[in-house]
Amino acid sequence: MKITDLTALELGKKIRDQDVSVAEAVKACMEQIKSREEQVHAYVTIDEAGALKRAEEVQKLIDDKTLTSPLAGVPVAVKDNICTQGMLTTCSSKILGNFKPVYSAEAVKNLEKAGAVILGKTNMDEFAMGSTTETSAFGVTRNPWNPEHVPGGSSGGSCAAVAASECFYALGSDTGGSIRQPSGFCGVTGMKPTYGTVSRFGLIAYGSSLDQIGPIGKDVADCAAILEAIASADTKDSTSVARDRYDFAKALKKDVKGMKIGIPSDYLSAGLDPEVKEAVLAAAKVLESQGAVVGQFDLSMVEYAIAAYYVIASAEASSNLSRFDGVKYGYRTEQYDGLHSMYKKSRSEGFGAEVKRRIMLGSFVLSSGYYDAYYLKALKTKALIKQAFDKAFEKYDIILGPTAPTTAPKLGDSLQDPLKMYLGDIYTVSVNLAGLPAMSVPFGCDTKGLPIGVQLIGDCFCENQIISAGCALEQGRRGE
Amino acid sequence: MANIITDEIIDYVSILAKLELSDEEKQAAKNDMSRMLDYIDQLNELDTDGVEPMSHVFPVNNVFREDVVTNQDNKEQMLANAPKQKDGQYQVPKTVE
Repeated sequence: MKITDLTALELGKKIRDQDVSVAEAVKACMEQIKSREEQVHAYVTIDEAGALKRAEEVQKLIDDKTLTSPLAGVPVAVKDNICTQGMLTTCSSKILGNFKPVYSAEAVKNLEKAGAVILGKTNMDEFAMGSTTETSAFGVTRNPWNPEHVPGGSSGGSCAAVAASECFYALGSDTGGSIRQPSGFCGVTGMKPTYGTVSRFGLIAYGSSLDQIGPIGKDVADCAAILEAIASADTKDSTSVARDRYDFAKALKKDVKGMKIGIPSDYLSAGLDPEVKEAVLAAAKVLESQGAVVGQFDLSMVEYAIAAYYVIASAEASSNLSRFDGVKYGYRTEQYDGLHSMYKKSRSEGFGAEVKRRIMLGSFVLSSGYYDAYYLKALKTKALIKQAFDKAFEKYDIILGPTAPTTAPKLGDSLQDPLKMYLGDIYTVSVNLAGLPAMSVPFGCDTKGLPIGVQLIGDCFCENQIISAGCALEQGRRGE
Repeated sequence: MANIITDEIIDYVSILAKLELSDEEKQAAKNDMSRMLDYIDQLNELDTDGVEPMSHVFPVNNVFREDVVTNQDNKEQMLANAPKQKDGQYQVPKTVE
């Protein structure tokens, strides 16, 4: 077995047992990167020298038992909208093409405390706006399962890197499905935690009320361990929540006997690929066979989620991205006539088409005369969506459904029609609007050989239940 | 299309967004925006009278801390990111005559 075939926790154990050195693990990833990267292009920045130097430091701390974390020494890839001190952090945008943060994101610092070794930064849709990783200013990422298909997005680089074994695990960010959807498309496990669980400090903001950093791994156990490492209450993020418990890995040992699982019948209706539907129903059977009680119900509000999401996310984006003005960091245009011309030209040359589209929509829905009709209406819709989930969780412990309506589309098929691409987020965006935790777990492939993801959604702060259910799904899958 | 986006609206929104769009981009923005707004208009089917707008899922309160410096002086590294700098400061085009 190749080192790169190990899960993050398996490698962590081998490192602690001194079967594998940290440097060997890093070199194994670099070998894998060399053989796969030309085709996959998961990374924007690869820091081989930095990773090898860090490997030496971490090895010493493991040897003298200072570092005992299950992930100590395990190499990780970080999405390029998460700040890493002194290492390029571009958001896959020309406007941040040369940006080196002076501090690291809290989630990255937490990982470093746990002994992580950062290999590099992964490609993404520009500023996390997109569902295919095709809007990156630095070229597309391809799906490791079939290079003619997209890896999904916006955390497409992170998910492709895990799927191609170019790292052992990765960090992503999820504003409307950006961890779960590419995880589904790439056949890896990805989780969006409850809003406020992982500090957003150092995550370059897209839609601040929706953004969460989360783990992407080869299995549920890895995701639970990564989440334990990155989650923390942080005074530097005013929306950070001090949780009672952070022991997510404990849930791996719990079975699903008696767990009440609801499948929204409105998730199984028009627009859902029949093969994905079949996978969801098969997943339900697996959970049922292990003692869960599965039922279908009407969630309601499903058809309104995308409209509300794009209003709110674009509005927040238009405000958040106003900081990119060519003064303190990033790209500045060559020729300009005065300050305002410099702002406008720098931004217009620095941002790509999808980012501009959302900034324009966001500026419009926030503008005087339209604010009530669009922005306020969307916030009221968000309240109704939250109510619909609250009602569902009175009856069910978790919700099971598809991660996305289809498997990975072909490269080039999505960008022609932005609205059509947005509609692909139908099963993921409402989770962000309601602040809920959710996970995509791979569950088989379609007839084209592309992975299918099923989504487990929990009530706020109930990560442990989706971790238990995810684990049960994995066991069922292995049993087949 | 129900929502007609005029040139005036696009020009006004570009000012708010601090973007300078080419004629081609303006045309695309008009089409994209009117299509999106047509789609978003389905929210009008919902009766939201009396519904409190929800900006955050959890109650958000101000977080206070003592005003104590905890980070180091990163002036040099911060300036290194600036497109233009002079005498230890960010350099911008002349703004005051």
